[in-house]
Amino acid sequence: MTLDPITLSVIQAGLLQVCDEMDLSFSRAAFSPVIAEANDRSDGIYSAEDGSLIAQGAGGLPVFVGTMQYSTRTLIERIAAGITAAPDPNDIYIVNDPYLGGTHLMDVRFARPFYRNGKLYCWLSNTGHWPDTGGAVPGGFSASATAVEQEGLRLPPVKLFKRGELDREIYQIICSNIRVADQRIGDVKAQAAALIVGEDRLNALMDRYGDETVTEAIAELRTRAAQQMRAFIAEIPEGRYESTAWVDSDGVVDEPLAIRLTVTRKNDALTFDFTGSSAPCLGPMNSVRATTLSSVYLAMRHIFPEVPISAGAFEPLHVTGIEDTFLDAQYPRPVSGCAAEVSQRIAEAVFAALVPALPDRITAAPAGTSGNFALGGHDPARNRGFVMYQLSGGGYGGNADHDGLSNGCSTIGISKAPPVEIMEQAFPVLYHHYRLHEGSGGAGQHRGGFGLDYMVELRRGQAQASFVMDHGRFGPQGALGGSDGAPNEVTVYQNGAPHVPPHLSKEQGIPLGPGDRVHVRTPGGGGYGDPFTRDPEAVRRDVALGYYTEAQAEAEFGVVLSGGKVDAKGTLGLRGTRR
Amino acid sequence: MWAGMKRADSGQVVGIDVGGTFTDLVQIDQATGAVRLAKVSSTTDNQALGVLNALAAADSDLAALDLIVHGTTTTTNAVLERKLSNTGLITTQGFRDVLELGRRTRPQAYGMKGDFRPIIPRDLRLEVPERMDAAGEVVVPLDENAVLTAGKALLEMGCESVVVHFLHAYANPAHELRCAEMLRSIWPNDYITMGHALLSESREFERGVTAAVNASVQPLLARYIRHLEAELKRGGYRSELLVMNGNGGMVSADRVAEEAAKTVMSGPASGVMAAAYAGRAAGVENLITYDMGGTSTDVALIRNAEPQVSNETEIEYAMPIHVPMVDVRTVGAGGGSIARVNAAGLLQVGPESAGSNPGPICYGRGGAEPTISDANLLLGRLDPGHINVEGGVSLQDVRSIFAAKLGDPLGLSPEDAAAAVIRVANARMAGAIRMVSVSLGADPRDFALFAFGGAGPLHASALAKELGIPRVMIPPRPGITNAIGCVVADLRHNYVRTIGTPLDNLDMEMLRSIFDAQTAEGRDMIDGESVSLRSIRSVHSVDMQFIGQTHLIRVPVADPGISRADLQAEFEKVYHDRFRVDLAEIRAAVVNVNTSVIGERPPVDLSTLIDPAGRAATMAEARITARPVQFDAGLHQTPIYRRELLPLGATLHGPAVVEQMDTTVLIEPGDVATCDAQGNLMVEVAR
Repeated sequence: MTLDPITLSVIQAGLLQVCDEMDLSFSRAAFSPVIAEANDRSDGIYSAEDGSLIAQGAGGLPVFVGTMQYSTRTLIERIAAGITAAPDPNDIYIVNDPYLGGTHLMDVRFARPFYRNGKLYCWLSNTGHWPDTGGAVPGGFSASATAVEQEGLRLPPVKLFKRGELDREIYQIICSNIRVADQRIGDVKAQAAALIVGEDRLNALMDRYGDETVTEAIAELRTRAAQQMRAFIAEIPEGRYESTAWVDSDGVVDEPLAIRLTVTRKNDALTFDFTGSSAPCLGPMNSVRATTLSSVYLAMRHIFPEVPISAGAFEPLHVTGIEDTFLDAQYPRPVSGCAAEVSQRIAEAVFAALVPALPDRITAAPAGTSGNFALGGHDPARNRGFVMYQLSGGGYGGNADHDGLSNGCSTIGISKAPPVEIMEQAFPVLYHHYRLHEGSGGAGQHRGGFGLDYMVELRRGQAQASFVMDHGRFGPQGALGGSDGAPNEVTVYQNGAPHVPPHLSKEQGIPLGPGDRVHVRTPGGGGYGDPFTRDPEAVRRDVALGYYTEAQAEAEFGVVLSGGKVDAKGTLGLRGTRR
Repeated sequence: MWAGMKRADSGQVVGIDVGGTFTDLVQIDQATGAVRLAKVSSTTDNQALGVLNALAAADSDLAALDLIVHGTTTTTNAVLERKLSNTGLITTQGFRDVLELGRRTRPQAYGMKGDFRPIIPRDLRLEVPERMDAAGEVVVPLDENAVLTAGKALLEMGCESVVVHFLHAYANPAHELRCAEMLRSIWPNDYITMGHALLSESREFERGVTAAVNASVQPLLARYIRHLEAELKRGGYRSELLVMNGNGGMVSADRVAEEAAKTVMSGPASGVMAAAYAGRAAGVENLITYDMGGTSTDVALIRNAEPQVSNETEIEYAMPIHVPMVDVRTVGAGGGSIARVNAAGLLQVGPESAGSNPGPICYGRGGAEPTISDANLLLGRLDPGHINVEGGVSLQDVRSIFAAKLGDPLGLSPEDAAAAVIRVANARMAGAIRMVSVSLGADPRDFALFAFGGAGPLHASALAKELGIPRVMIPPRPGITNAIGCVVADLRHNYVRTIGTPLDNLDMEMLRSIFDAQTAEGRDMIDGESVSLRSIRSVHSVDMQFIGQTHLIRVPVADPGISRADLQAEFEKVYHDRFRVDLAEIRAAVVNVNTSVIGERPPVDLSTLIDPAGRAATMAEARITARPVQFDAGLHQTPIYRRELLPLGATLHGPAVVEQMDTTVLIEPGDVATCDAQGNLMVEVAR
């Protein structure tokens, strides 16, 4: 029998609902702000056979699109091979090994077997970003690690809960190897409880519609998702599309890393060939296979948000040529930059390759960096240590409909930035300004959005500043004739003397004393379309609002202003000459 | 005034709600129970006109009215459409872009597009040298010359109102106070909003936007209310005009503009208040309200007859208004939601909507996309006789469009396609309602579904079944629920005090004294209003968390003198019910102390909303016709009843359709509905 499309739609909504409830439950009960506020987590349902993705919550962090199917598959393979103990009901496995289908070490996965009538039916799994998993640097973002051991504790899949009981011994080993361990129990319980919530809801769904119907629906939904993705792919004219995107450097060796991408649309499939990309690097800007695939998937989801996340949606997407490049790093290459930075550059390469083919759907390049700035030190007034994180947004790319958004979240994230007032309450710092990075939006018919410009001062004690950002050397790419956005700029003032990190936006352990300052200006988005076709009135308004100077209006947009008004003749002259 | 107070107990009370499409009026004579109703088109440019039209339509004698309570969308529309008064900002040097930078987000998780317009444009945001630190200590003194220069510059640029918003003013408002004082010497009106005055909490973006919204709508609301008062007076009205706030309480017209931001969500809040009131009268104290209109659906939660209040409403992307308001969430579909077959060959309903113009096909305004309303019509749930014939649309037109756009690609008849649209829409709405209740810590199965709005009662029984909700309550006049909310609303003041103290160290006497002080302040406010009251009561709660968490969970406190052990136990219970987590390892903290002080108005008898004298004696007399109606379980020849004729106490066995002036009620096969003494239809949902 075949299922009617209506029952299918209803079960599809039901499966998504299970995942959404897991996401919500996890965030609300979690302790770490990175999960509770920044939603750096994801929950999903995975097949019992090969771990392929059945459904994933819409509110999960984008970079986790698809990654858990690889960790679940590895788990299934290891169980079959007898390396990992076979599951019992109410077990929960923990794993964070990047090379076993992961991202960076801080992303810790839980997996729980889901049984129906005593038989393993599928897996429920979630990922949460733990604030620390040990390693050289608090928080795990070491800019100059050269091996994964320097980045933190690496866990193969092991049972953290055995038949519903927390294994206190394993838990103690973990706690002895990570910072601020005393609060981790709250996150662990939240992460585990979310899977139990998912189990209840999935049981309810299957009770309601029957196991056979749900099983059939899952298979059919996979087919349909593939069909839907194929239909969208058919919108792309057949052919080859090429792009190159650059990572500034790996934090250790000061040389750019290239992502070279050729996308081929043939029939109703896309091949993403990364042949020719840079070799694995010494520093932490490596990506692992699961993250690389996931980055391609998340880019496609930004392009076709209508297609629900499922293994079927990924079927027509083929990724090749990553072997022996820094996009498929092997043990013990360091990987802390993979999820936060390299993934965004992979997405940029996808956008840049396909924007000529899908000019209405794709934007010029967004800022594409998480803006990770960590300040760790000792606060003498409170007589205790602290670790402060400032993640910041940047400009988005201009697009067919609009100018780019200013200060948007990273391509791979969905989190809010902490308010200045909260930062100043919690840490011995004072912000001197927190404003738009003026002039940073790439010029275009629709200009890029603006980055953020902040300056923060250490008020007392001693501290060390670390940066793992990117796009310091190259600004986010413009599209269809638009200019690149302004690059990231980091300057550290020690005793008033400016210091620019040799790797521009990456450095670790820069010592700061009272009165020393950090000045960061994040990238603006790329411009979209020829800037000389931008409505002169829009340029006039941009200048009136202080987004650009009059000189920029002339040089970048070919618009002459005089006395706050558009000089039509002068503008025509300028724009005419360049044609 | 005193005479008015006295009369309000026995006199004529009018509630008027201005919605997006209609202005609704209900007038109740409290002595006789006589009711007048009116529904007229809203007049968007000058809402007062619609209000007067409604009064005229109800044939109300303004001179004989004792109280008018008004729900308005003036401020909501102004914000959503950005038709705001010219407003300037004076803020801390280095921080004028806070309102534009937001919290580093984007409108949707997927898709890197989107648009955002800051509520105050950049050229009207000026900086002055001044700085407090997080402890409230002065880092940079206020530059008073710069304040005057900035103020004059804003006036020159045509600003009518101004916001003073300084970093850390919640910790020490001295600079804001001084700045506002200086501005008063040059500002031609009272429209000066200080950031800390509405919301004295950290988070500069949220506090700043809340203040900016207040300042931007203040002159508009003040002008509108003054105009309305003058018009009412000209018509002979001599009593008090009260305005609904978003917290579900009302406030006198003289004071409403001071905190204009609080009137955002005025309309939806009054609907929820009506539900709470009706629920209390019927002995149903736990309700999920479900207000389905043409373009969207509002959902709220009522526990123990108290609507849930949130301090963190976001009325659109990056537009937070952090003052206490009834927690109404907009979910999923409305009657105008469009159905289509997507590239996967799956039927999809929404998120696109035909809105009210062109609207569904059956409106006859040129709509050509199949919608939920059209599906209801094709299935016989809505009276096909009501189809708009003036627009030249026939049932056959609707059928053809359903066949071409849905039926053919799905391999279904137009009627089966319509049934599918309803099923899919219900599944999605049920999911969305479930998410709202779960996010508020409630299991929908413990609630009754209170259905109102034009389309709510059509879908309520099916949704309840989907959600495991055992009972649906449909008030006598679902289509004018917001106006009824105005009539029954109380005076209501909410207080929040942030203490952020571990429960172990909390001075329980201090907690009690905070509750007492909040109660005293609320009583003072209420004593200042000229409205007669039955009683004043306080409802207490605390927002708690395990130390180290960021999210809060609300714990009701029945006794302000609660002991530490009892509060710990209450917290653990609420937390476990919500998250299935026990955390003996970690201590709890009390973050916020909350009190709502409620001045309860004399009870209003709602049983006369449908004239008891007009009711039929038997069900047979209430039955006006029968027609085939398509349900999920198949086609049934279904009796059609007239709501106004249903005998009190009567029982209806589904399938049945009940039609009335403002809505249509669908009772699914197997469900059993009774008409209670208040005129509500109580539907027991078949398992």
